[in-house]
Amino acid sequence: MKVLMFGWEFPPHISGGLGTACYGLTKGLAKHGVEVLFVMPSPSGDEDQSAVKIINASDVVIDESVKNSESFLQKVQFLRVGSNMVPYVDPVRFTTLVESQRVSQIEGYKMYAGERYQFSGKYGTNLMEEVARYAIVAGEIALKYDFDIIHAHDWLTYLAGITAKRLTGKPLVVHMHATEFDRSGNNINTQVYDLEKMGMKEADIVIAVSNLTRNIVISKYGINPEKVITVHNAVEFDKSDNMEVERGVPEKVVTFLGRITYQKGPEYFIEAAAKVLKRYPNVRFVMAGNGDLLTRAIRRVAKLGIATKFHFTGFLKGADVNRMYSYSDVYVMPSVSEPFGISPLEAMRANVPVIISKQSGVAEVLTHALKVDFWDIDAMADAIHALLVYPALSNFVVKNGFEEVNALKWDNAAAKVKEIYTKLTGKL
Amino acid sequence: MEKSVCMYFQVHQPHRLRQYRFFDIGKDSHYYDEFANKTILRRVSDSCYLPANKVIRDIIEESKGAFKIAFSLSGSVIDQFEKYAPEVIDSFKKLAETNCVEFLAETYNHSLASLVSPAEFKAQVMLHSKKIESLFGKKPVVFRNTELIYSDEIGAMVADMKYKAMLTEGAKHILGWKSPNYVYSNAINPKLKLLLRNFNLSDDIAFRFSERSWSNWPLTADKYVTWIANTLAKDEVVNIFMDYETLGEHQKASTGIFQFIKFFPKALLSQTDIKFCTPSEICKRHQPVAPLNVPFPISWADEERDTTAWLGNELQNEAFTKLYSVEKQVLRSKDIDLINDFRKLQESDHFYYMCTKFFSDGIVHGYFNPYESPYEAFINYMNILSDFLLRVDKSKKTTKTS
Repeated sequence: MKVLMFGWEFPPHISGGLGTACYGLTKGLAKHGVEVLFVMPSPSGDEDQSAVKIINASDVVIDESVKNSESFLQKVQFLRVGSNMVPYVDPVRFTTLVESQRVSQIEGYKMYAGERYQFSGKYGTNLMEEVARYAIVAGEIALKYDFDIIHAHDWLTYLAGITAKRLTGKPLVVHMHATEFDRSGNNINTQVYDLEKMGMKEADIVIAVSNLTRNIVISKYGINPEKVITVHNAVEFDKSDNMEVERGVPEKVVTFLGRITYQKGPEYFIEAAAKVLKRYPNVRFVMAGNGDLLTRAIRRVAKLGIATKFHFTGFLKGADVNRMYSYSDVYVMPSVSEPFGISPLEAMRANVPVIISKQSGVAEVLTHALKVDFWDIDAMADAIHALLVYPALSNFVVKNGFEEVNALKWDNAAAKVKEIYTKLTGKL
Repeated sequence: MEKSVCMYFQVHQPHRLRQYRFFDIGKDSHYYDEFANKTILRRVSDSCYLPANKVIRDIIEESKGAFKIAFSLSGSVIDQFEKYAPEVIDSFKKLAETNCVEFLAETYNHSLASLVSPAEFKAQVMLHSKKIESLFGKKPVVFRNTELIYSDEIGAMVADMKYKAMLTEGAKHILGWKSPNYVYSNAINPKLKLLLRNFNLSDDIAFRFSERSWSNWPLTADKYVTWIANTLAKDEVVNIFMDYETLGEHQKASTGIFQFIKFFPKALLSQTDIKFCTPSEICKRHQPVAPLNVPFPISWADEERDTTAWLGNELQNEAFTKLYSVEKQVLRSKDIDLINDFRKLQESDHFYYMCTKFFSDGIVHGYFNPYESPYEAFINYMNILSDFLLRVDKSKKTTKTS
């Protein structure tokens, strides 16, 4: 069994949980004897290639396999969808625009043919363009390499997955790590929504990282429930021991760690903190991360008059993240909508008791975590307080949580994914 | 040889606690969810207690007193009947008038005190005994402990309180090759007789009655009588013990449970020579065959038949120990409200909700469980206990100053 896998990032260069998940899954698949051809733009060359063979999309020279660029574009009709990337066009202008875009795309394609097109590989202002170009290269790769099935991670690579499927007729699996509704609430970016929906419609199987995500996929994208399968994420830890840190403050520390955006529910954490501080002074709160709601969060903390006990660290990475966990007595993930959520698992692994919102996929696989509705700040404050003042509770949760989190293995998730491959290809 | 069947039903509802946040600690000392307690009590009264009492009265009248039965009503449920459904008390009183019904003794607040505090245990048993005597005119002579918890030592305490007999579980790990279908005696004080629950025949009704995948479904009165008759071909006594809520609540009326209960006594009395007896009649008719050694407490709960459903994890032990750590101060305070809350907080149900044994299966432990997880149950209980401990502290200061 050989899989052509389209991803976007890979450790150590990651900007979110997607890369970590791709890495864990491919390693798990490799253990089950599945070969993975992992396609991604602009890898920097220092990724761990022990489990997977990484094809640098920037290294693929577009010339030989398709002689006539016009016929290539005809075969791959979706490329016209690329014209959607121009926002706010009315239906009359749309047709002409599509036609002119098609022409310019052919031109552009010819221009790049025979050359290496350098992908930036970072999410930027020309992301949509990159997504489409990535898809063109995907077609080249699909025709060049031998494989049994195609697997695409998140909407960024769905066009690539579809191209490969149309060119080769091989079955396509798309993997929903997040939906546009998780990222943006109800003010969704319709381009992204359309790409997600198209990818899932074209796919033979849609993998959702939680039942929460599966429900969104079914109810908000209208995907046939029969082809949507939940495979919960897992977590992989390196062997390194938890670090010991010296405390600078005598108080207990309650931590929020994540992007400070709508999706992560930072305001609920702040309100709960204020409630706790009103009755229980022996505690400090830390909000680690960056995001578009950061200034609003700082203003709210100031207004509540708790700024001497509530601290912002800015964006943390690498060892600082681990240090932050070691520094914490309670970890809170109040996400409004979290398809899965790896960070509570990292906290549990560092022997920190966690409070997670019921609106997170990870709540489906954890029993030894306190669960509250993200909006229920009374319950959140109560849970924080309980973990601070009832040592029997935090000890129990930490002990059992550590065991629980170590039992979540990518091996098991990969086995489920392999089962899906086998079902679609008839191969073992 | 005389052959007997003894039926006993447990009637209990706990005082469910309200959602109590930590910001209430030290500010609001009202702990109970009145609305939930009233709603549940009214519902179960309508689905179970009232219709079941009527069916049982009819059977007693029809059988001209040949049908006998025993009940144990916890003080917790009696208090709530008096508050929310006094007609249920009346209907139990009518049953008492038939002289075919025996009421047993237990701890007033369905407490686990027998495991930690002999003094509190005895105090609650006396309180309960008085209550039963005042309601039904007779002092109980047979004892049943919360959740049928029993050990040699608990039995000895009960014997000291002059009870003739005690009910407990016919636990396999205690009996070994022995049969539960005889009367046994306490290993320390042989005066105390032991009646052991036949869990197979009891659970056929309590758990399996409406189980369609069960090979013996549907359970008919005739079938059940045959099983009892077969059991008693050699043995002496079959003890069928279960929660009263089995009738109409756990097994809904639509399953035919009331018809079964109606026809089973008739079938047994007409087809066999076996007699229905109350627990104290059993003690007169049957002599103990042997003392029973129970060094560690047993109960009627779960596969393990031990006390781990209430005191099996660190959370439960913490809450339990903290509560009993102030026992002496509470009683010394002579503060009625404080003592009442102390007793209500002892109800075994609160600890049952904190059980994590079945966490992995995702099964919620216990019927009527108001909590989504054992952690919620623990947090809520500890918040209330924190307030309670503050009150105990305060009472200490006032008794000192006065």
